[in-house]
Amino acid sequence: MEKRFVYADNAATTAPSREAIEAMMPALTDEWGNPSSLHTKGQRAKELIEQARATIADRLGAMRSEIYFTSCGTEADNWAIRGAAYANVKKGKHIITSKVEHHAVLYTCEQLEKEGFEVTYLDVDGDGRVYPEQVRDAIRPDTTLVAIMYANNEIGTIMPIEEISAVCKEKGVLFFTDAVQAVGNVPIDVHKLGVDMLSLSGHKIHAPKGIGALYIKRGIRIQNLINGGGQEAGKRSGTENVPYICALAKAIEIATDKLGEVYKIARKRDRLIDTVLKTIPNSRLNGPREGRLAGNANFSFDYIEGESMMLLLNEEGICVSTGSACSSRSLEPSHVLLAIGLPHEKAHGSLRISITHETTDEDIDYILQKLPEVVLRLRLMSPLYNG
Amino acid sequence: MLYSEKVMDHFTHPRNVGEIPDADGVGEVGNAVCGDIMKMFLKIENNVIVDVKFKTFGCGSAIATSSIATEMIKGHTVDEALTLTNKAVVEALDGLPPAKIHCSVLAEEAVKAAIADYYKRQGIDKEIPGACDGNCECCPSAEEHGH
Repeated sequence: MEKRFVYADNAATTAPSREAIEAMMPALTDEWGNPSSLHTKGQRAKELIEQARATIADRLGAMRSEIYFTSCGTEADNWAIRGAAYANVKKGKHIITSKVEHHAVLYTCEQLEKEGFEVTYLDVDGDGRVYPEQVRDAIRPDTTLVAIMYANNEIGTIMPIEEISAVCKEKGVLFFTDAVQAVGNVPIDVHKLGVDMLSLSGHKIHAPKGIGALYIKRGIRIQNLINGGGQEAGKRSGTENVPYICALAKAIEIATDKLGEVYKIARKRDRLIDTVLKTIPNSRLNGPREGRLAGNANFSFDYIEGESMMLLLNEEGICVSTGSACSSRSLEPSHVLLAIGLPHEKAHGSLRISITHETTDEDIDYILQKLPEVVLRLRLMSPLYNG
Repeated sequence: MLYSEKVMDHFTHPRNVGEIPDADGVGEVGNAVCGDIMKMFLKIENNVIVDVKFKTFGCGSAIATSSIATEMIKGHTVDEALTLTNKAVVEALDGLPPAKIHCSVLAEEAVKAAIADYYKRQGIDKEIPGACDGNCECCPSAEEHGH
């Protein structure tokens, strides 16, 4: 098979779509005014933002006034948690989250602990799932916020958000979900979900990096994030990134339009998973077989380490990622893989392959040809392998 | 790129991979929990390392440091091999990212552990400073070595 370039790290970031890039252009070329200016130039830019806000609100089942633009998903996560925590200190200082959240959530919670808050980190099952009953059991009179991700970025587990949300509503506790990986993969209707806050990010759905948004349900009060010129209803000041906001709206529009085709990605992913597990001995799938993100596959291969796999695949033109410690700044492997009960050595040998609409059957064939070769090549070098 | 060309060369085309069934000294350092294990096999004749092979479980730099360490000691005397330092390994590879320095420490320790095993088999009573007892607790030891 001829050498190809296969980008299969779409959980890290996606290629900006032509449509998203084109959607930015008016704000870069003609409508470059400051949306806060009251003259025509400014108001034209303001219109672009409000159109984008309306599109996004529509696609999420929200109202325009409930959508706030941020610079990224991490900012939205930080803001939702800190903002809600500090707005509700009179009620209490207890927060509930899970052990498999993104670091944008986990490290915000850890920081809050240093500031005198108490945080409960819920365990997950072997597939990375949190159950509504766990949330119910963990809620105390002083609990103000529950933060559980919609879908896991490493192993693709989709959480029972509607059920968790119902528990929170019943108990009178705010519920925030990090939906950065979920948007474009599952239908999102904030009212049906019943969430109080929801974060999303542009570059995971083919918009550029540097744009995100936070949905805050009307009536929910959280602390302002940035003080200044009063943009975003005074909650998040700073001159708006008009081009990227337009790109985000276009990307969400396309992503939600394509929801009916997500099964096609899942079909390719299933062929990838089935063939890998069948052809590579001592391999395992991390995360659930059902109820996982359509584009996500995460494997562990015994006797070898993930970074070396990733690098050798890169030499073959295939871009993927790993949960091995050797690819991180710490010496610990992925907290998600440890939380689902994987021993360290299996977590070190993990590989995440994340595909998208753009991934072709030929790309999957190419991965299926190269991956077993790379695994065997490294196993033959490994002192742990007696094949 | 995270790694130098030299590292990538040794990682993608590692020298001296394998085992020596009738080795005169075998050393194994690191552990699977930490994510790297190096096993080194030495064939020694008249105090000269005539052959050396390795097997490594680990990241790209763990494989590259093992590979270059075998090149650096092959054909040298045991005493010369004992002077191999992790710094020399790093320099020979045109540098390593800071988080990967511990791989070079492992390579030095693997060589020393193999020689210690050789001494033991020969009944030579010599202490090897810095030799690893094969029970590396990766994080603290990496720290001790200035990582």
